[in-house]
Amino acid sequence: MQKTPLFSVSDLSKSYGAQLGCRDVSFDLHSGEIMGIVGESGSGKSTLLNCLAGHLAPDRGDVCFDVDGTGLVSTLAMSEPERRLLARTQWAYVHQNPRDGLRMSVSAGGNIGERLMNVGARHYGNIRQDASSWMDRVELSTGRIDDRPATFSGGMQQRLQIARNLVTGPRLVFMDEPTGGLDVSVQARLLDLLRSLVQDLGLSVIIVTHDLAVVRMLAHRMMVMQHGHVVETGLADQVLDDPQHPYTQLLVSSVLQV
Amino acid sequence: MTEQITTPSANDTNDAPKHNPEAHNLDATDSYNFAYLDEQTKRMIRRALLKALAIPGYQVPFASREMPMPYGWGTGGVQVTAACLTPDDCVKVIDQGADDTTNAVSIRSFFARTAGVRTTEATDEASLIQTRHRIPETELTEGQLLVYQVPIPEPLRFLEPRETETRKMHALSEYGLMHVKLYEDISQHGHIATAYAYPVNVEGHYVMDPSPIPKFDNPKMSNCAAIQLFGAGREQRIYAIPPYCHVKSLDFEDYPFDRLRAPGACALCGADDSYLDEVIMDDEGTRMYVCSDTDFCSTRREQGHVGDQSGLFDSEEG
Repeated sequence: MQKTPLFSVSDLSKSYGAQLGCRDVSFDLHSGEIMGIVGESGSGKSTLLNCLAGHLAPDRGDVCFDVDGTGLVSTLAMSEPERRLLARTQWAYVHQNPRDGLRMSVSAGGNIGERLMNVGARHYGNIRQDASSWMDRVELSTGRIDDRPATFSGGMQQRLQIARNLVTGPRLVFMDEPTGGLDVSVQARLLDLLRSLVQDLGLSVIIVTHDLAVVRMLAHRMMVMQHGHVVETGLADQVLDDPQHPYTQLLVSSVLQV
Repeated sequence: MTEQITTPSANDTNDAPKHNPEAHNLDATDSYNFAYLDEQTKRMIRRALLKALAIPGYQVPFASREMPMPYGWGTGGVQVTAACLTPDDCVKVIDQGADDTTNAVSIRSFFARTAGVRTTEATDEASLIQTRHRIPETELTEGQLLVYQVPIPEPLRFLEPRETETRKMHALSEYGLMHVKLYEDISQHGHIATAYAYPVNVEGHYVMDPSPIPKFDNPKMSNCAAIQLFGAGREQRIYAIPPYCHVKSLDFEDYPFDRLRAPGACALCGADDSYLDEVIMDDEGTRMYVCSDTDFCSTRREQGHVGDQSGLFDSEEG
């Protein structure tokens, strides 16, 4: 593991007036690492993720990213064009609902190609070839490249969204409940796919979920959030097998055993 | 038609001359102001025009006024024309290339009445040409103004509905989305099927909607000697291309821009390089192609050029 982290968050706080979003969150993420953030609904997970990805401006704290391997740079101090370029090239954001992350009126190939065209690809044949090979990688039939996402099932839409995000080779991926709303067998298949993609591409991932099984399967490390605070953090297996904080204990014991 | 919109001197009963082009009265009590709009409005529009010329392709917001015609009939173009007119101007108005269609005739008579300016159908005589959906075939020269009527000025509108977002995309030159539209065209039709309102990039920065002109006309916008002004009344935007600007139609490396023109020559004047209208002749599917630019076509016929069916209309009239 390299010495300086890829991504570093310090004392991040965000509140909506009197309503607390998240408070004093700090962590480092190294290259190739997968961080799971768990907690119940309303615990501030999504607020935190939106602050990290630059969709929301935090009230306090800093979010730093190692843009070109020369050290951490504060993304909050960046100009907007720089931040938007970063979000298009080195970062990716997978929404819980694929309809938020896809253009539903544009074909699957166009959806995957959009990020390429955003960074300057102007050769139709190459764009189409890339789109087709990425559809193959996320186990979508390449014969459906000209179909609109609206004709796809929920699981296929989610896989298309992942392909669309990964096509420009990002280094850091934010995922907001990527398996939410999918049935269990589709979830399992998607998790398998995610695990192999993450391994092959050496991605760093910050994944927000309320599903402990997702964390168990994907994450190296995890944070447990409650009422906007991080109550426990550590290696995923360690936290799940030996939870220390009462809330984590409750969370782990609440998982239904079949 | 009505006494109200004749020149002020026409109502006078004293010995003042019946028509005096210098008597363009700024007093709003007895007649319309010169070219219909009041001077404050013209000043506001001219400011927007200057800004638009300073930033080629940038959409400048302006306080569009109610005009005595419905939206979609060229309220934006009419306001730009009114703000640019001087008493010495000679106005030509075309609609889809034709001087004799309802929209063109009514706008031309509107300015003849409210501004008392000369009007013409000849492209090279006009100092100001207001157009709907065409650029004249005759090459424009320095000193001429070309005013476009624009229905929707935002090229990204149907791809990104949020105005806040499209403004940001323009400011940062994030135009990947525009190519997504062209990509969709190729994937569905095998070629770029967008035939009008074909997006262009002006001087390497702003992507602009050239109004619904056929893409055949796009190359004429580049390096044009005339000033090109675009007015969108309902959307309240003005944009411009100063003379001799580089205007590039967007395309892919492996699917380059293509002008698209109906096959064949004009049936009346024989021109094989002009933009053609298709006219259905009967129920059997017979069709003829004629120049869409009526001034260009009639000038050529006067010069003695003939097409396949040159005598067609002469015999009917005779």
